[in-house]
Amino acid sequence: MSAPNKSYDPVEVTALHPDEVARARDEALAAIAAAASLDELKQVRLAHAGDRSPLALANREIGALPPQAKAEAGKRVGTARREVSEALKARQAELEEERDQRVLVEEAVDVTLPWDRTPRGARHPVTTIAERMADVFVSMGFELAEGPEVEAEWFNFDALNFPPAHPAREMQDTFFVESEDSGLVLRTHTSPVQIRALLGRDLPVYVVCTGRTFRTDELDATHSPVFHQMEGLVVDEGITMADLLGAIGAFVTGMFGEGLKTRFRPYYFPFTEPSAEVDMQCFVCRGASAEPGGEPCRTCRSEGWIELGGCGMVNPRVLVAAGVDPERYSGWAFGLGVERTLMFRHGVEDMHDMFEGDVRFTQAFGMEI
Amino acid sequence: MRVPVSWLREYAELPADVTARDIARKLIAAGLEVESVEAVGQDVSGIVTGQVLEIEELTGFKKPIRFCQVDVGEAEPRGIVCGATNFTVGDRVPAALPGAVLPGGFAIAARKTYGRVSDGMICSEAELGLAESSPGILVLPPDTPLGADFVELAGLRDEVLDIAITPDRGYTASIRGVAREAATAYDVPFRDPADVELPAETGESYPANIADPTGCDRFVLREVRGFAPDAPSPLWMRVRLARAGMRSVSLAVDVTNYLMLELGQPLHAFDRAKLTGPIVVRRAEPGERLETLDHVVRELHPDDVLITDASGPISMAGTMGGLHTEIDEKSTDMVIEGAHFSASDLARQGRRHKLKSEALYRFERGVDRELPLVATHKAVRMLAELGGGEILPGVTHAEAPVETVTITIPADHPDRVAGVAYGRDTVVERLRDVGCGVAGEGALTVTPPSWRPDLCDPNDLAEEVIRLEGYENIPARAPRSVAGRGLTPAQRLRRRVGRALASAGHDEVINYPFVSAADWDALQLPADDARRRALRLANPLTEDEPFLRTTLLPALLRTLQRNIGRGLADVAVFETGLVYRPRPDASAPPRPPVDRAPTAEELAAIEAALPDQPLRVAVVLAGHREPAGWWGAGRPATWADAIEAARIVAGEAGVELEVKADRHAPWHPGRCAALFADGTLVGHAGELHPRVTKAFELPARACAMELDLSLLEPKASGTVVAPHIATYPVATQDIALTVAGHVPAAEVEAALRAGVEAHGSGELLESIRLFDVYTGEQVGEGNKSLAYTLRFRASDRTLTAEETTAIRDAAVAAAAERVGAVLRGA
Repeated sequence: MSAPNKSYDPVEVTALHPDEVARARDEALAAIAAAASLDELKQVRLAHAGDRSPLALANREIGALPPQAKAEAGKRVGTARREVSEALKARQAELEEERDQRVLVEEAVDVTLPWDRTPRGARHPVTTIAERMADVFVSMGFELAEGPEVEAEWFNFDALNFPPAHPAREMQDTFFVESEDSGLVLRTHTSPVQIRALLGRDLPVYVVCTGRTFRTDELDATHSPVFHQMEGLVVDEGITMADLLGAIGAFVTGMFGEGLKTRFRPYYFPFTEPSAEVDMQCFVCRGASAEPGGEPCRTCRSEGWIELGGCGMVNPRVLVAAGVDPERYSGWAFGLGVERTLMFRHGVEDMHDMFEGDVRFTQAFGMEI
Repeated sequence: MRVPVSWLREYAELPADVTARDIARKLIAAGLEVESVEAVGQDVSGIVTGQVLEIEELTGFKKPIRFCQVDVGEAEPRGIVCGATNFTVGDRVPAALPGAVLPGGFAIAARKTYGRVSDGMICSEAELGLAESSPGILVLPPDTPLGADFVELAGLRDEVLDIAITPDRGYTASIRGVAREAATAYDVPFRDPADVELPAETGESYPANIADPTGCDRFVLREVRGFAPDAPSPLWMRVRLARAGMRSVSLAVDVTNYLMLELGQPLHAFDRAKLTGPIVVRRAEPGERLETLDHVVRELHPDDVLITDASGPISMAGTMGGLHTEIDEKSTDMVIEGAHFSASDLARQGRRHKLKSEALYRFERGVDRELPLVATHKAVRMLAELGGGEILPGVTHAEAPVETVTITIPADHPDRVAGVAYGRDTVVERLRDVGCGVAGEGALTVTPPSWRPDLCDPNDLAEEVIRLEGYENIPARAPRSVAGRGLTPAQRLRRRVGRALASAGHDEVINYPFVSAADWDALQLPADDARRRALRLANPLTEDEPFLRTTLLPALLRTLQRNIGRGLADVAVFETGLVYRPRPDASAPPRPPVDRAPTAEELAAIEAALPDQPLRVAVVLAGHREPAGWWGAGRPATWADAIEAARIVAGEAGVELEVKADRHAPWHPGRCAALFADGTLVGHAGELHPRVTKAFELPARACAMELDLSLLEPKASGTVVAPHIATYPVATQDIALTVAGHVPAAEVEAALRAGVEAHGSGELLESIRLFDVYTGEQVGEGNKSLAYTLRFRASDRTLTAEETTAIRDAAVAAAAERVGAVLRGA
């Protein structure tokens, strides 16, 4: 910047001379017109409208002029800068338009090219459906309880009111850990977790358990020696079968949707009394396939109902073995097979698919079910 | 239990128009597990009764062939060719005429055979669907009417309910029990087949006594003399036995089986001539043996309940008879036993000897103690009537006193169990329907009937009321919401781990935990490797795989191989599951009584007896991690991917893994990483040993990782404290260090960090990133160059070049000192 002008002669500031200003403006306009691309225009903008451009430098000199000269010089430079700026804006718009019309088209790629470069994995549907089943209860405030898979016979049988040598033990073909009187078995059901939950928690108890269970069945289309169960348990004051039915109804709604009926059939389990098997209305045909003239239904084999699992009121003998006063407390328990649920809910036809580990099976189910 | 509906209707006056399916539905609603309703004989027609008038023996064939003239009640007899020879002229037989249909849809037509036209077929029991096989044709009693519809006459058309007997309903293992339930379900009269008038006491029959009243509390003997051993079982009995799924053997055996099916009381027949001395019911003595009906010589156990005579054991009580006192085709004098044995003793006995029988099936589920006198009486009467014997008047009746069971319940107990207001009258009425005696003004004092030994507890009675009132009438009450705490941190971690591994391209699988010792060899485990110490199953599914896994890898590697075998080249699979590690000093767990809670000591002892069961996660990979494609080459899965999988898992736990080189089977000794969390070894990862990939038939350079999640869970970081995000500019310093080739990169980085710390600038170091590894002439033989970018940033100012250079120099100096690093280009 020049020092203040003492002679008050505006002509002495060369940059502000009308010719100079006009020349700078003309050069700028010419360069703008000559810019062939947005990149070139960017350079032009820097050279002719940037902080170090002739017009910008000239503008700074205005402050040094005597007041009477300022107005005129300011007007002159301001006009020139405005013209340059407008030309830049116009050229920018022109070049952008041109780019949109030509360059972007030239840059086109084949977006239909496959890109399977990043492998995607999946979780096993038995895992995800077990989580989903448990979550129905967790959302009602239940806690998720756990227990070991190699289990003491006392937990797996004795405490659940299976007397030694009782035929009920034979209902569950048991893997025994060697030797046969080791007192250890592979748990035949998740029910020992009921005892663990009652012994390990304060009353009332509202728990759900999912886990791996074992029976000496050969693997075939509908059986597996290793399978999974889900089990719910409530022990509280004043619990009745009506509460059990209500909870099962909530579970069915959570897993299969609104408006499906459930029904109890009397059954026998040593650890519940009374006991029942529970059926739900088929969620596909909603019972229509069992009506005269109904369309056949694969899911329920046209029976209209699907067997869901077993349940009942916790046998007071079980409460006693778990240190709960059966005079004061009562409870319900409800259990069902995870694989079976997966089979009818998702049309899995063969148990082999779940345990052979073919990734094509797993991948069909993604991350949640 | 197979229940012919015709038999059921004999004792339950069911409406004529109800179908077998209706009955099944009602019985299911009442708690009987009717598994199927089978129509039998519905497609059979055109069989008539006939009489053989003439037999012409045809010769010249490989076997005897007869051409018979059979009077079937028509004007002319029919000529029928028959290959059986067990009949003579005058015998009455079932004849299927042309147009007839036999079981299985087998149509009969007149046809030419053995040079004659056979105008029908004389039928055997097998052909009529009454037996698996028959030696000859079925000869009917002489008083059979001629020309009658045989299907109608023999009751071949029936329906059979197949009922699975749950262990609490032993009484339904009989027509009597099912008929009682059916009658209650339809609210129609029930006629009790056990309701017979017994003769007045007339002294003892064959002498017997009970020496062990804990095993047997009632023992009854009756005798029949002069029985015709070749007397046939009547057709109606054979038909019913066949429909119930039992084989006809001989009249004596058929009668005992028939009554067992009808009443539920197992009976046993001894040949009187083979008995010596009085019968005693007792436990076995040491060294005693018995050859049972199945020709097996059994070593008896001191707890076995036996029927014995002067010669020693003659029968395993209620389980299986002895061979040497069995009735045979010459037996004429019989002693019929009807007894009541201890259900639990017999159940154990059957298990001990791996024996199953129809008698045992009923005894272990509980038999009506009031039946032995009735059943033996019916048996001798039938044997006398059908086999021409003489009933001896004496009745041997030994018994031990038993206490009557009574259960006291508040009258509203069923209401409180069901959540339904039944009211006292309904409760009393339903308990009486079941056969209970009910007394009491306030609370109810209930005496269960003799045929319901399963009714012991208040809830047993509640169930009877509720099921008879209908489970379908229980209302649903909306669940009450409770204040739960949701999933535990460990449970949430497990779900995150699964999702993270899947998101990173691994597929989850579930394998069986059964392994073989050969798997450990295939993994190249040393002889003393802890993973070889495994629990063994007493009854494995296959003897090849008797052990429980101690590592997830063998099954996972087989799954990898299976996928590759199915044509999938690039596979990354993972599994999360327990492994089972026996505790060397574990003893058998105690089995506390169940009439109280176990003590803390008992619980601790049970837990101590269980194996350690840590939760593991493992990943195996083969092929490409990123496939080749139009974009260029693929990237093979390497040891680094296996370690990265472990880092993904640890990252979900908020734990930083420390990686150290290790030698550990089944990994490649030069490409195996031991993984530490806070100084604890938590797993291994890397490339598999070439011997392992060969043993599992995997492609070379397959990789694996196995991590103990149970060890990571407690180390999982808690609540995250938000970081302060500094907005001052970053200052970077790139350095290249030459170190000896064997120096691990992790140590170089640790040295750099230590140098920065020592300089007091730890807070300024934002990151250290290794961006290049170089070996070659420029760094000298046996050396490598590691190039790092160090990023610094202060939270309160812009760092000067002088500051960051000083920190860098301190870092380099530490690397020089600790790992002998030399700054390149310095």
